[in-house]
Amino acid sequence: MRKTISLILLLCTTGLLAQDELLEILESEQADEKGYVSATFKGTRVINGHSIETRTNGVLEFIISHRFGTINSGYDEFYGLDFSTIRLGLEYGLTDNLNIGIGRSSFDKSVDFFAKYRFIRQSKSSPITATAFTSMVRKTIDELGLEGTDRNAYTAQLLIARKFSSNFSLQVAPTLIQRNLVATAQDDNLLMAIGIGARYKVTNRIAIVSEYYPQLSDKSDQFQNSFAVGVDIETGGHVFQLHFTNAVQMNERGFIGETTDDFWDGDIHYGFNITRVFDLRPNKS
Amino acid sequence: MIRNLLIFILILTSQIAISQRFKSSQSSVMFYSDAPMEDIKAVNESATSLIDLGKKAIVIVVPIKSFEFQKKLMQEHFNENYLESDKYPNATFKGKIIDWSGNEGVSEASAQGTLEIHGVSQDVSLSGEINFQNNKLNISTTFTIRLEDYDIKIPKALFYNIAEEVEVTAKFEYKPYEKNN
Repeated sequence: MRKTISLILLLCTTGLLAQDELLEILESEQADEKGYVSATFKGTRVINGHSIETRTNGVLEFIISHRFGTINSGYDEFYGLDFSTIRLGLEYGLTDNLNIGIGRSSFDKSVDFFAKYRFIRQSKSSPITATAFTSMVRKTIDELGLEGTDRNAYTAQLLIARKFSSNFSLQVAPTLIQRNLVATAQDDNLLMAIGIGARYKVTNRIAIVSEYYPQLSDKSDQFQNSFAVGVDIETGGHVFQLHFTNAVQMNERGFIGETTDDFWDGDIHYGFNITRVFDLRPNKS
Repeated sequence: MIRNLLIFILILTSQIAISQRFKSSQSSVMFYSDAPMEDIKAVNESATSLIDLGKKAIVIVVPIKSFEFQKKLMQEHFNENYLESDKYPNATFKGKIIDWSGNEGVSEASAQGTLEIHGVSQDVSLSGEINFQNNKLNISTTFTIRLEDYDIKIPKALFYNIAEEVEVTAKFEYKPYEKNN
């Protein structure tokens, strides 16, 4: 009797073990994929500045950005909501790594063009993602009395980011901006700054983001370093980015170099970016 | 005592003797969801499977990140928000093949076991077809998954309307398995 029981037991256990053993074999043999990391940041912007993310081949993204007045401007200005600056942008993925874009801002009637190229992707063989970014901004407003190339500024950025966990990503962005004309003699024409951006995912669809762009080159006292903190909310094809920032401009020259409000003095603007993507060339499968 | 030992050895050796393993050489796992806004379809050709004919055991491993969608952004959402593939990289099935004689030819069969998706295990019974010929084995099955059963949440206000059930079709082709290949 005991023998029979032990026999049955033995048979049962080996039956169970068989599956687990097979599973172990499969998992150990699983093809060693490159394991590219995705969604280091949810949008192509951390807040004001670009993130390492690019849109994939054939994807067109439409970005509507608003910055309102300062929230400490009182009821007369409806806490800043009476005033707003806007940027409308279109970005397109020529390849999965190469994007181009164009934008028009109401502030100083600026037009900006940019290109960004992601040349390293975080994966099993690389700890970081790196994207090179360059842009040109031209102020088309006439009231400032700008002439010819004095209207222009050029930006070069190296965006380096790492997704440390599925919840936390950090980006560092050494930045150079060549301004053909600056506000005062105290301001360097070649602006140097280091942008720092972070994202912390609170739930699957909500993340807290923050961004700081301290300037390293000489600047006159009227200019402040841009700081922003916000929330990313994602719903299917849209990303809503809601934030508080001391910057009102939404191109690199503007928010990094020409921010005049002091966040720590309470000159804080409410703002948002809304993106919608359109797949123009869905890959046939 | 010696007789016990003999029985023991006999059982062990017999199990080894009839342990005929087959490994998948080709596979396709597809899911389809019929939704009002747009149909969602994804195909995965990186799934692997092992069958032990002797023990009638079958296991399947499906790497979640290998599901290819028509829209890359949808694929990112699928991984990032729904299946959380960083945390749960694979879907697995392990079970026993039942109602199958093991004879050559085409026959209906089913497998009873545990399906794990998104870190949640459910006991399931999958029915399909087995074609066993010339030392080659093909299986195919179609079944339905309720997203709720696997704790996959769909937000109410979503622009893609996603059905609560998706239909999964899986096909595997097997060849005899040798350990060192």
